[in-house]
Amino acid sequence: MSAFRSAFNYLGSQLRQVGLIIALLAITIFFQIATSGITLKPINVSNLIVQNSYILILAVGMVMVIIAGHIDLSVGSVVAFVGAMAGVMITQWNIPWWAAIVLCLGVGAVVGVWQGFWIAYFGIPAFIVTLAGMLTFRGLTQIALQNQQISPFPDEFRALGSGFLPDLGGGTSLLEPLTMGIGLLATALLVAQGIRSRLARKKYDVEDEPFAWFILKLVFTAGIILFITYLLASYRGTPIVLVVLGLLTVVYAAVMANSVFGRHVYAIGGNLNAAALSGVKTKRVTFMLFVNMGVISALAGLIFTAQLNLANPKAGDGFELDAIAAVFIGGAAVTGGIGTVTGAIIGGLIIGLLNNGMSILGVGTEYQQLIKGLVLLAAVAFDVYNKRRSGGR
Amino acid sequence: MTTNILEMRSITKTFPGVKALQDVSLAVQRGHIHAICGENGAGKSTLMKVLSGVYPAGTYDGEIVFENETVAFKSINESEATGVVIIHQELALSPFLSIAENIFLGNEQQSGGWIDWNKTNLEAAKLLARVGLKDNPITKVRDIGVGKQQLVEIAKALSKEVKLLILDEPTAALNDEDSAHLLDLMKHLKGQGITSIMISHKLNEIKAVADEVTIIRDGKLIETLDMHTDDISEERIIKGMVGRDLGSRYPDHTPHIGEELLRVEDWNVYHPLDHQRKVVKDANISVRAGEIVGIAGLMGAGRTELAMSVFGHSYGHNISGKVYKNGALVDTSTVAAAIDHGLAYATEDRKRYGLNLIEDIKRNISLVSLHKISKRGWVDSNQEIVVAERYRKSMNIKAPSVEALAGKLSGGNQQKVVLSKWMFSDPDVLILDEPTRGIDVGAKYEIYGIINKLADDGKGVIVISSELPELIGICDRIYTIFEGRITADVPRGQATAEYLMQHMTQEREKDNR
Repeated sequence: MSAFRSAFNYLGSQLRQVGLIIALLAITIFFQIATSGITLKPINVSNLIVQNSYILILAVGMVMVIIAGHIDLSVGSVVAFVGAMAGVMITQWNIPWWAAIVLCLGVGAVVGVWQGFWIAYFGIPAFIVTLAGMLTFRGLTQIALQNQQISPFPDEFRALGSGFLPDLGGGTSLLEPLTMGIGLLATALLVAQGIRSRLARKKYDVEDEPFAWFILKLVFTAGIILFITYLLASYRGTPIVLVVLGLLTVVYAAVMANSVFGRHVYAIGGNLNAAALSGVKTKRVTFMLFVNMGVISALAGLIFTAQLNLANPKAGDGFELDAIAAVFIGGAAVTGGIGTVTGAIIGGLIIGLLNNGMSILGVGTEYQQLIKGLVLLAAVAFDVYNKRRSGGR
Repeated sequence: MTTNILEMRSITKTFPGVKALQDVSLAVQRGHIHAICGENGAGKSTLMKVLSGVYPAGTYDGEIVFENETVAFKSINESEATGVVIIHQELALSPFLSIAENIFLGNEQQSGGWIDWNKTNLEAAKLLARVGLKDNPITKVRDIGVGKQQLVEIAKALSKEVKLLILDEPTAALNDEDSAHLLDLMKHLKGQGITSIMISHKLNEIKAVADEVTIIRDGKLIETLDMHTDDISEERIIKGMVGRDLGSRYPDHTPHIGEELLRVEDWNVYHPLDHQRKVVKDANISVRAGEIVGIAGLMGAGRTELAMSVFGHSYGHNISGKVYKNGALVDTSTVAAAIDHGLAYATEDRKRYGLNLIEDIKRNISLVSLHKISKRGWVDSNQEIVVAERYRKSMNIKAPSVEALAGKLSGGNQQKVVLSKWMFSDPDVLILDEPTRGIDVGAKYEIYGIINKLADDGKGVIVISSELPELIGICDRIYTIFEGRITADVPRGQATAEYLMQHMTQEREKDNR
């Protein structure tokens, strides 16, 4: 009985994380029933991933910025600007598509250096600098495109947004073999990593989460990955953007959880003064965060442009708000210091699912906006309530 | 024939676990200047907060009689309406509003919701004349110095028909000239029949203007002295402030003092906002291996400013001077450089400057020394737990686990986390700023033990404290600091509370710089 109780207490301490997953599952199940099974059809799941990839990528960068206690309102405009530059480079300057990709990521870095300088070293609040960036980069987009659209892009470039990894089954197999392989490999790595870190903890004689909970978590996560693998394999295989997104998530989740840099970001967001007095180079870390955000925005811009096969002066409008909403639904604190990369990804998926499900159901965009707004408010209200109940943090 | 404007009778105020005031009575005569003095934390400010309604009636025991009527203020607004106005140490003016707007803030000169600017500025000018301030009432408050801001606060009090003016350390932030002007003003107001209560550390000022002085110590009333009839010397007041038994509240310790570790020479620091004001003046201090050195000074004397400016220029403007480590000149102008040279600074304000309250114990402890538990930029989180566990046991941090949030710990345990953080960085010299502030007696004893242990390990420890008995109890040598200047270097044998207090309240000699 006491084992049960300790497990229950542990669950309580993980309420935020567990609550987020339950919310995601509940929304999925709701739409699966409401759309009479369309939501989890292989083609829809594939589309869901592809069409939300750029928001999810932006959310990964945004959560780091928000953990540090800042915000970035300019990402939507940077997405458009980088798309425009890609269009100009490829179609007007005849730069090869791969070189254009590298150059565009460089453009993103320069944007980050520009904004990071004003925020970190000049001391202007990020809200102002990136609000200015939102306007300037939108303006630069329109100048670069001369208010025209640029289209089409070469096929290799388009593959970045809407392509799939090659079908090793020759298009005839029931389940695409490469995707199944990747899925099984990912699952195996996940399980191995989970067991390894648990053993390491045991070796250090460190108190750990209850065994039952560990197994449950592992089985659940592996199950989800295998299920999505199965769905993707029975459609067209692995979207290239999923590979990009997956790598990005794994790397940045690790950086935020276990790197010195990540610790410094949490320290700055949690208490800037204490971090500075502990020798954290607060300005440099802030600067690097915005450079990073610039590169990530550029990546999102490239993927978005490739997907639409179009560089458009109005591209990326409102992306910053979707990314910020994803981060806050994912449990980040407005005041900084709290948040996770995986939380932001789940938050982004919740928004994506809502968009997708409501579109299938034929709900008008006006109601979609309304409902997304209420979901954001409810998620943060739940956080605040939780915090108050546990007696403040 | 009572001439008392105010009588506070048997005031007792309790905070969870602490009796801040115990049966304190105070009688203030009409038209007098009544000084209240005592060490930091003695209960002076608490008493004034009880009087002004910051702590509403009902949260304390006792009775307050103002102008022969029993009063029970529920808020500052009520006390102000009755004519009791308190001016806090931290001025409460809005920097971007004009002098006149500040004076009438919350009490606007209006007709039907619209501000009558002519009346506002005219009335403000009259009030400014009363406090001897010649500035135009439409000047923004941020454009005048601290001394003048203090006068604006008084003008604001006068606008409220003040009968009893309470000044909390009115000259703490002022230079000599502004202080002198303020004291003159207080006497002038006394001539106009306004009664004042003045909390002050500065005994020369008390002697200059006060009619009576009440001494509070450890939340208890010690005595009220009449400055006119008895010939009260500063020594007499100091005795009242510090006279308590030291007892054995400090662990025994035999020092083993070695070579000099750190020396700071000709250290000068200016105020970060008021660039004209020198906060630290030509300070010279040193600490040797195994030595515990105290810095004794009253609030605002420049103790913390000295420490923080040495530690990575974390405070101040236009800092000059030299820092020697093991005899070699070193650069400590960034926190990272200071840490690299083996310095550590544990702040007096744990919550604002010491801890990340929303993070757990282990991450707070590891923050300074992440490089010690990481490879190529990746932190070994298992080792981190092991390290934190070690400190939890050795420092006796009372928490369910090292994953408990720092913000949920008691003051004493938070302090132990801060100390663990700096001990893990393995510094040569630790500067501990008010290491026992807000900590209960038992935990204090533990902290003293830790300090002794650090010294025995061959580290140099600098302890900054407002509590003289604490410094006398644990230090091998004590510097006194007054108005930014080191006024004495007192070896253990000579350190008595009276002797230290003398050097903390007056300069040894007036030099002409």
